[in-house]
Amino acid sequence: MPSYVIPAKCTGCGDCVNICPSHIMKFTKSGVFGRKAVNIEPESCWECYNCVKHCPQGAVQIRGYVDFTPLGGSVEVYRDEKTNRVYWTIRYRNGNIKHFVFPIRTKPWNSIKPPNEYPEPPKEFLRTPYLSLEHEKLGGNKLGVELPTYKVPEVIKVEVR
Amino acid sequence: MGMVRTRVRQIDSDILIIGGGMAGTGAAWEAKYWCRNCRIVIAEKANINRSGAVAMGLSAINTYLGLRCKENTVEDYVKYVRGDLMGIVREDLVYDYARHVDSTVHLFDEWGLPIWPAPNGCYVREGKWQIMIHGESYKAIVAEAARKAIGDDNILNRVMVTHLLKSSSDPNRVVGALGFNVNDGTIYVFKAKAVIMAAGGGSQIYRPRSQGEGLGRSWYPPWSSASSYGMMIESGAVMTMFEARFVVPRFKDGYGPVGAYQLMLKTRISNVNGQDFWKPHLDEVRKLYSGKGRYVDLPITPTTLRVYAQRLEWINGRGPSLMRTDETVKKGTESEAIAFEDFLDMTISQVAIWAGQNHEPSERPYEVITTEPYVMGSHATECGAWASGPEDLSPRKIDGLPNDRGTQYYWGYNRMTTLDGLFCAGDACGANPHKFSSGSFTEGRLAAKSAVLYLMDHSDEKIDVDKGQVDLMISKLVEPLERWEEGKYSVVTGPSSMHPVDPSKIYWKQGLFRLQKIMDEYAGGWSTMYTTNEWMLNRAIELLQFLKEDFIKYAAARDWHELMRTWELWHRILTAEAVVRHMLFRKETRWPGYYVRADYPALDDENWHVFVNSRYDAKTGEWELWKVPVVHIIEFP
Repeated sequence: MPSYVIPAKCTGCGDCVNICPSHIMKFTKSGVFGRKAVNIEPESCWECYNCVKHCPQGAVQIRGYVDFTPLGGSVEVYRDEKTNRVYWTIRYRNGNIKHFVFPIRTKPWNSIKPPNEYPEPPKEFLRTPYLSLEHEKLGGNKLGVELPTYKVPEVIKVEVR
Repeated sequence: MGMVRTRVRQIDSDILIIGGGMAGTGAAWEAKYWCRNCRIVIAEKANINRSGAVAMGLSAINTYLGLRCKENTVEDYVKYVRGDLMGIVREDLVYDYARHVDSTVHLFDEWGLPIWPAPNGCYVREGKWQIMIHGESYKAIVAEAARKAIGDDNILNRVMVTHLLKSSSDPNRVVGALGFNVNDGTIYVFKAKAVIMAAGGGSQIYRPRSQGEGLGRSWYPPWSSASSYGMMIESGAVMTMFEARFVVPRFKDGYGPVGAYQLMLKTRISNVNGQDFWKPHLDEVRKLYSGKGRYVDLPITPTTLRVYAQRLEWINGRGPSLMRTDETVKKGTESEAIAFEDFLDMTISQVAIWAGQNHEPSERPYEVITTEPYVMGSHATECGAWASGPEDLSPRKIDGLPNDRGTQYYWGYNRMTTLDGLFCAGDACGANPHKFSSGSFTEGRLAAKSAVLYLMDHSDEKIDVDKGQVDLMISKLVEPLERWEEGKYSVVTGPSSMHPVDPSKIYWKQGLFRLQKIMDEYAGGWSTMYTTNEWMLNRAIELLQFLKEDFIKYAAARDWHELMRTWELWHRILTAEAVVRHMLFRKETRWPGYYVRADYPALDDENWHVFVNSRYDAKTGEWELWKVPVVHIIEFP
């Protein structure tokens, strides 16, 4: 199946269950080994790797769709919100290995200034085409140019066939 | 309700945003900016940190004009988008998101999305309109902005909205929605003064090329369940351009993106003999599809024509198309990192395939294939709701057409659908394609600002919802669970990963496979090489009616998760019917790469340089379709 769980590593924390966009990472019924995560619907899996990236134990992995992926290769990932990098290891079936590292964010997490911390916009601007932060009176102009506009006739005649 | 017991929560808000993808998060940000004391709520089927089409990540921002660096003009952009869709777009809507999209991208930059900087203070260009990003965390960053804007308490993750609620006194006024928590089954009755539909486009309507374990490896995510369309169609909103559903050329099986290879690395696509796929077909393509817009000779050849030429090579036995990565990717260099990041950011499966097949892109080319069709409004395709344009860019009145929202371009509130109080953004909004991620976020912002204006203008309006009607809808919502409860011991089935064989029930996957088979074989899917005709489309409609009836009488679900899949199926079925009705109505072939109406195989600008709009009556099951003239606010051609 696309994502699968290694029971010995899974603590049943639910991080993969919480993040899965397809709602297919679920808990097993608690048994003698306790609660574990499981992919209940592999055919609805997009291999988006969010379960893998969010697992603190490295317990969730992906085995490529077997319809078209020969066994023996793998793509492993470690995503780190402190160094803000994602580390990829690609293991080929023939033993070749490739490594790639890419940045994921240039600012610390939870650093976005929310819109309600900008000065309240003058009411009359609601009836203009400007969006937030596109005008000096709306928190500054992030467009970098004056908002483009185009002259359109108020009434246009068309010929209907 | 019968045997299914659950609790019901009512959530009152000023603005309800359905779907927390790129468009929904943009709407949350902008709504909060303009209305500080509004209660703004997002209902999201998954978890907004990783939901929607950008859940995995993205390797480029496909829409950035670069106005501050004078890289492009908005007029040129509108001409490009219009040309790519073979002449038919709402230029007011396209111009509008395009003039704002740079400010969205600059916000993303400020929030920490790694956009490749260029030495001149601009961004590294992938193509004329595209810029490169390290986009693994794109959605997580954008979600943070929405969460901080409206607060985590107002973000309801794992709540799928299934139906819109209408006012009890005004059938044209949307006043909320109905949904449920897909884990615990809590029913949510949302009452809202304005609703923004941002629930994405549709995959898995046509039969995917892989139907085993790889069923979910569609190009657009399997959770894009056409819910935007399904809910709006059922509510009687006017929809537009559903015939323009589309296919994309992608690396085979993984559907890995081709953008960085083609645009950034300038990689050529050839046939299997290494020859050019375009020139042999130029005369025929020009003869059939040049039209008034001289589409074949535009500076950037329309996607649909390039796709068509590749298919002709294939039909002539010289396929499949090959991406000549062996000519542009060099092992151990930056070009290899660019090539692999393009996949790792947004289609990791393609790397898994290459690892399994020992495929080295620097040594051999790789197959490129066209996908199954998708129904969307944000890519090189324009399905969605017919919406009002902005006050300053839309013709206020079109003389010669009925004074009706279904044919006019402007009725007071930007991005409001033909239903009062219902706005659309992203894939949900039709006739303005090429928004991609940044444009969808921007359209969410436009819709939200407009919704705030609507609230101000209607501040004394009382929202009335009929309790009897809500109770009725709730029992309809849980009916598939009731059927399962009532009949679960009536049949015996062996252990199987498929659903039980039961003559009085149809489960989601059974219905989905029937839908995909109908659409693939009759409505221009890959198995017929995207070819259809009037007879086939009429047959599709006939078979879809059986499927609709079966759903209404027999749909069954064993738990809340399956109930989600069941309503996703319903949204897909309604959307599929819209697609087929539109394809049947348009008697020409305008986008030959997307599908060919074999009985009308050429472009016909004389009669079909028009939008096709439609309205569905849920009570009677009847559809009404009509033409709307295209108004060119920018000189054409």
